[in-house]
Amino acid sequence: MKDLVSIKDINREQIELILSTAASFKVVLQRDIKKVPALRGKTVVNLFFEPSTRTKTSFELAEKRLSTDVLNFSVPTSSVVKGETLLDTVRTIESYGVDYIVIRHSSSGVPHFISKNTHASVVNAGDGTNEHPTQALLDAFSILDKKETLEGLKIAIVGDVCHSRVAKSNIYLFSNFASEVRLVGPPTLVPEFKGYNVQYFNKIEDGIQGADVVMMLRIQSERMTKGFFPSTLEYASLWGLNSARLKLAKKDAIVMHPGPMNRGVEITSEVADSDQSIILEQVTNGLAVRMAVIYLLGRDNEQ
Amino acid sequence: MSNKIVIRDCRIVDVSQDIDSSGDIIIENNKVLDLVVHKPGLKPDYADFEVVEASGFMAMPGFIDIHTHLREPGFEHKETIATGTLAAIKGGFTSVCPMPNTNPVNDNPTVTTFIIKRAMKRGSCNVYPIGAITKGQNGEELAEMGMMLEAGCVAFSDDGKPVMNALVMKRALEYSKVFGVPLISHCEDMSLTAMGVMNEGYLATLLGLEGIPRSSEELIVSRDIMLAGYAGARLHIAHVSTRGSVDIIRRAKASGVQVTAETCPHYFTITEDAVKGYNTDAKVNPPLRCAEDIEAIKEGLRDGTIDVIATDHAPHHADEKVLEFDRAPSGISGLETALSLSLRLVDEGVLTYSDLCKKISYEPSKIFGIGKGTLKKGACADITIIDTKKEFIVSKSKLLSKGKNTPFEGMNLMGMPVAVVVKGKYINVLEL
Repeated sequence: MKDLVSIKDINREQIELILSTAASFKVVLQRDIKKVPALRGKTVVNLFFEPSTRTKTSFELAEKRLSTDVLNFSVPTSSVVKGETLLDTVRTIESYGVDYIVIRHSSSGVPHFISKNTHASVVNAGDGTNEHPTQALLDAFSILDKKETLEGLKIAIVGDVCHSRVAKSNIYLFSNFASEVRLVGPPTLVPEFKGYNVQYFNKIEDGIQGADVVMMLRIQSERMTKGFFPSTLEYASLWGLNSARLKLAKKDAIVMHPGPMNRGVEITSEVADSDQSIILEQVTNGLAVRMAVIYLLGRDNEQ
Repeated sequence: MSNKIVIRDCRIVDVSQDIDSSGDIIIENNKVLDLVVHKPGLKPDYADFEVVEASGFMAMPGFIDIHTHLREPGFEHKETIATGTLAAIKGGFTSVCPMPNTNPVNDNPTVTTFIIKRAMKRGSCNVYPIGAITKGQNGEELAEMGMMLEAGCVAFSDDGKPVMNALVMKRALEYSKVFGVPLISHCEDMSLTAMGVMNEGYLATLLGLEGIPRSSEELIVSRDIMLAGYAGARLHIAHVSTRGSVDIIRRAKASGVQVTAETCPHYFTITEDAVKGYNTDAKVNPPLRCAEDIEAIKEGLRDGTIDVIATDHAPHHADEKVLEFDRAPSGISGLETALSLSLRLVDEGVLTYSDLCKKISYEPSKIFGIGKGTLKKGACADITIIDTKKEFIVSKSKLLSKGKNTPFEGMNLMGMPVAVVVKGKYINVLEL
């Protein structure tokens, strides 16, 4: 595997390899000295065309823990605005002699484009409304921390699936494990996934009934002005996760959120801070998973 | 070459005279002097004439592309009148109608005159410009249709920027009745298209790209048909891409509305699947649709609902297509593949050669009142000569257009033009 641009490109075996490698790195991260020399001398560029704090921080720290040299190349908008083509940007960066390009871009398909035009390993850190593969992997890793298997697990994904790259990568990932995926939200925010075994629910009460995992998605107010739903107040009242609704899920159900949360909109503070919430653990696990991804792509390159 | 030419022993297909038989085409002083249909034992003597042996080839009245973008003035890095018309004859088109979305927009007789003069000086084929419906294609005030017609325009369109205000469109249709020329509608409801970049549906979801629903096209097809019917004006629907549009146009024709329609080779050849891998060469507006749409479009071509095959030749510079999918411009460079792709319809039994002649030459001329599309005695000698059996592989590097943006790269096709006659001038296009 040269790149990780899409969960659709990898199979169950590869996913399991990433997750088991992440488990080893998680042990490392619990030590006093958290750094390993695994990729000393390798260079990573974090190429971020879209503002990002948490994903970028997570990648950067993961890269440093692997002893790589890290370059940050942040462009607030598309390279086109500067008058440079994306291809030129990629070629410029490649000329530095980098081994990995971690790419975040507001346009779907950019990591695919870059992977075709570079020898470096490309990691998709989120492209448009398309995919966010490392988030899906860290979500799977976090679920497996609490549950024995993903097999047959009832997983409710609630909210703006339409614009969520996190939701999409998760749907593709869970399809490898015959999990029971339920998409919950108004039809304006939930597209059809014909090729995947998913169920659709307009009402959150129906969707989270008996669920093992409740994954809440961030709702962006920008969607409101474009008419996907009337107001955050109405959204919160119809699709927000509160304690009463969470009781409909299994007793040991876990609550997840890719962050950043809108407290009081898609999730109440009571739920977000409850024992069932594993939201902060997701962040911690993200480090180990991203270390594993970069480490494994690196190994493949040398073979 | 002399001004006396005989194209000898070819299969002549001319729907205007209901001819499909082998014979000779005699050209003198830029006009068709006569057609000699072969009879057994008759071997005419053509002393004084330059004879072009064309046995095994087919000749039709010169093709007319009623939907072309030549990009000049203003976007000469994408295409010029010189390169665009060269690509046209390479593709068998002896006449093209360039859309007005140049810079400045062809919304006044000065720009029209510039295009026509430049085409006379540097062009390889006839150029009949299409003027804008509204000033600056802004959909607000009517452009000077009458004066543009005098300058040489043949129809009007705000192509690419549909007239969203229904009242403006109604007035434009009413006003166009003075001249009896059609308004061409690029049918798209911009509020539904929004940020869309490909066909709306499951594939768009899988690729994380914003979709353009079929209803975006069909709403304006319906609207403009209603307005044209009410005004009693002529309407031509550009680049039909959906099954629904075909149905709406079919019903409108049956009810007597003066509506005609065109589609383009990409809409009856490839589906949205061509977008997979974020292939910007397959980004086009309206977007590539699905198999069921292709079937409906073929049926529309077969039953006459769709009158014309046009190219919507939309060349872009390579640098502009090597971009993020949602930022790359829409458009396919189509002049040089249109014939070969259309010949597939003959192969499949959707069209006969006579039907093809009708869709790509006779009807375009008739709808726009160009006075061509025929090989009748005295007609302007515009002829396209085709080798229907010649096989080739589409290659960007071989395109004469500056726009190399074709989704058909690497495709095996059969049939290509070998020569054209433009106003009596014989050009071997294989040597271009």
